[in-house]
Amino acid sequence: MKLYEYEGRELFRRYGIPVADSVVVESVDEARRAAESLPGKVVVKAQVLVAGRGRAGGVKVAETAVQAAELAGRMLGSEIKGEKVEKVLFTAYTEIVKELYLGIIVDRFKKAPQVIASAEGGVEIEELARTSPEHVLKVEVNPLLGLTDYQVRRVVRFMGLDGGLADQAGRILRNLYRLFVEVDCELAEINPLAITPDNKLVAVDSKVIVDENALFRHREFVRPSEGTGLEEEARKLGFTAVELDGDVGIIGNGAGLTMATMDMVKLKGGRPANFLDVGGGAAEDVVEKASRLLLTHPRVKVLFVNILGGITRCDEVARGVVSAYKAVGAGKKIVVRMMGTNEEEGKRILRENGILPYDSMEEAAETAAKLVR
Amino acid sequence: MAILVDEKTKVLVQGVTGRQGMFHTRSMIKYGTQVVAGVTPGKGGQRVDGVPVYDSVAEAVEKHPEINTSMVMVPAPYAADAVLESLDAGLRLVVVITEHVPVHDAMKFIRYSSYRNAHIVGPNCPGVITPEASKVGIMPGHIFKRGSVGIVSRSGTLTYEIAYAITSSGMGQSTCVGIGGDPVVGLDFIEVLEMFRRDAETEKVVLIGEIGGDLEERAAEYIRKTGYPKPVVGYIAGRTAPPEKRMGHAGAIISLGAGDPDSKVRALNEAGVSVASTPNEVVKLLKAV
Repeated sequence: MKLYEYEGRELFRRYGIPVADSVVVESVDEARRAAESLPGKVVVKAQVLVAGRGRAGGVKVAETAVQAAELAGRMLGSEIKGEKVEKVLFTAYTEIVKELYLGIIVDRFKKAPQVIASAEGGVEIEELARTSPEHVLKVEVNPLLGLTDYQVRRVVRFMGLDGGLADQAGRILRNLYRLFVEVDCELAEINPLAITPDNKLVAVDSKVIVDENALFRHREFVRPSEGTGLEEEARKLGFTAVELDGDVGIIGNGAGLTMATMDMVKLKGGRPANFLDVGGGAAEDVVEKASRLLLTHPRVKVLFVNILGGITRCDEVARGVVSAYKAVGAGKKIVVRMMGTNEEEGKRILRENGILPYDSMEEAAETAAKLVR
Repeated sequence: MAILVDEKTKVLVQGVTGRQGMFHTRSMIKYGTQVVAGVTPGKGGQRVDGVPVYDSVAEAVEKHPEINTSMVMVPAPYAADAVLESLDAGLRLVVVITEHVPVHDAMKFIRYSSYRNAHIVGPNCPGVITPEASKVGIMPGHIFKRGSVGIVSRSGTLTYEIAYAITSSGMGQSTCVGIGGDPVVGLDFIEVLEMFRRDAETEKVVLIGEIGGDLEERAAEYIRKTGYPKPVVGYIAGRTAPPEKRMGHAGAIISLGAGDPDSKVRALNEAGVSVASTPNEVVKLLKAV
C-alpha cells in the first residue's frame, strides 16, 4: 500500500530523518491559515498517489502565503491524472545545492532488502539504473543481521560524501533501514535527498510502500480502498478485483487462472471488463455476490465464469451463478466453464436453468468474445 | 526419482486442527501421502483423521523421528513462527501454503532456512505433488498422472489447468512444484529447474510464470547460460494486466520498472524456450519439443 507523501514525511520525522517543516490542508480556509504559518517561499504539493505528479501540475512554488493559499484552492478538488486531490501539503522551500538518491527495496531475486544509492537524485532511479548503471549502487542486506557499519560506509562513500555530510547520510541510512523494517515496507525512498547551502541533508520527497500483508501490525495505515467503484465493492465483499475498460466480465478462481482467463478472452478478440478472483473454496453466496456485482455493472455485456474446482465445488458455483443470473441478469449474457470437484452436479444445475456449460476454457472464451460482437 | 517429495516423504501438518488444515490432511491421506503427525499449540492430545496432534514440532519430531517434511497451514500472523519452529526441529523441507504472510517475515525465514540446509516452498503456494506417490499441498490429486513432465509454477489453479491438459493428452508429470505467488518465495524457478535437471525421471519442463518481478527473466538467463539440457515450455499469465495493479497474488504487479509480461516472453524466447499463449498450447509445444 502506497503512503501519501505527507504520511511518509511523518514517518521520516518519527525516525529522525530530517524533513522541511510542513502542514497538510484539506480546505481553502485551512490553506489560508497554514500558509501564514510558514515563512518565506512555500512549495505546494497535491497529495496524490499517481506517479508523475510534478509534470501534471501537482507541485508548485508560491512566493507568498496568499499565492500558496490560492494555488492550494485550485488544486483541492481537482484531478491529477484521474486522481482527486483531497489534501494539499505546504512545505518550506528548501534551497538545494545537490540532489542525491537513497532508497531501500525488497529485492525479489535476492530475497532480501537492498539499499539503492546514487549521487544523482531527483531522477527516476529505474531509468538511471538502465541508462547509467555505474551511477547506481545496490547493496544487499542480510534480513537476519540488518545493515552493517561497513555497508553504511560503502553507501556513503559511493554518494560522494565526506565529513559532516557523511555522518548525516550514515545516520539517515540507518534510520531509513530501521523504518523499512519496523514499518514492514516494500519500499522506502528519499528522492531527492538534498544537500542545502549550509551543508545539511534534507529529505525533500518521500515514497513509502507498506506491505499490505503486514497491515495487521500497523493498524494506523489501514484505510478504505482507493480503487475504482468495482474494485472497492469487490474488496468489501472480500474479493480481489481490478477494473479494466472492456465489456466481458470475468470471474475465475485463483489469481493465475483468472489472469489466464482475461488473456484468453483478449486473444479471442474480446475485451475483458475486469479481473475478479473469488479465491479458493468459494461457496454459493460468495459466487452469487461476485456474479451480481458484474452483472449489474453497466459496461458488462457478457459474464464469463471460469472455474477449476479443487477445493472450490462446481455445484456451489453453479447455484451462485444461477441465482444471480435469475435476479439481475436480464439483458446480459452468460458463459460458464467448469471442471473439477462436483462438475457433473454443477453442469446439471446450469443446464436445468438454461445455461450451456463448457468443458474447454478456450471454447468458452471464444463464445464470450463472440457474444459481444 | 522425481524431486522434493516421494513415497518416503513423512509429513507433519502445522495448523492441522483448523478448518483448512483438517480438510487437506484428510485429502492428503486419501491420496496416499504419509501424514505422520500434526501440530497446533494448545491442542496436543487430539486426533485429526487418526493423525496424532502435538503442542509443538519438537514433541512431534521426538515421537516420530521419521518426519522429514512440514506443511504449514497456520494463519499468516503466526506462519513465520511455525516455519522457524520446523527449521529448528531439523526438518529439511517446509511447504508454506499460507497466504498473506508479511514479506519481511518471509525474507527472514527463507534466509534462515539456508543456514539450516533446508528448503522452503512458498509462501502462498499450492504445494508439491509427485503424482501417484505423495502430495504435500492442497491441489486436487486426481487431475495429475505420473509421467515425465516437470512443472514449476507461481500459480495454483492455473497449474491445475495445465497439468490437467497434460494428463488429458496422455502425458504425465514427474513432480509439480507451486513456488508461490508472493514477491519473495523460498525455492524459485532456477532452483527447481536445477533439481529437474538432475532428476532422471523428468524429461521436459513446463515453467508457468506471471507478471511481476523478474524471476522469469532470471530463469531464462540461467537456461541460456547453462545450456539447460532439457526442453522447457513456458506460459506467462497476465499479458492483458494493466500496470501498477496487483492481480490477486501479492507478487503479480507490474511496478517499479519490472514485471512486464512481454519482457518475460522475450527473455524466455531468447533462451530457446517456446512460450504458449494458451494453456492448451502448452501441450502442443510439449509434443513438438
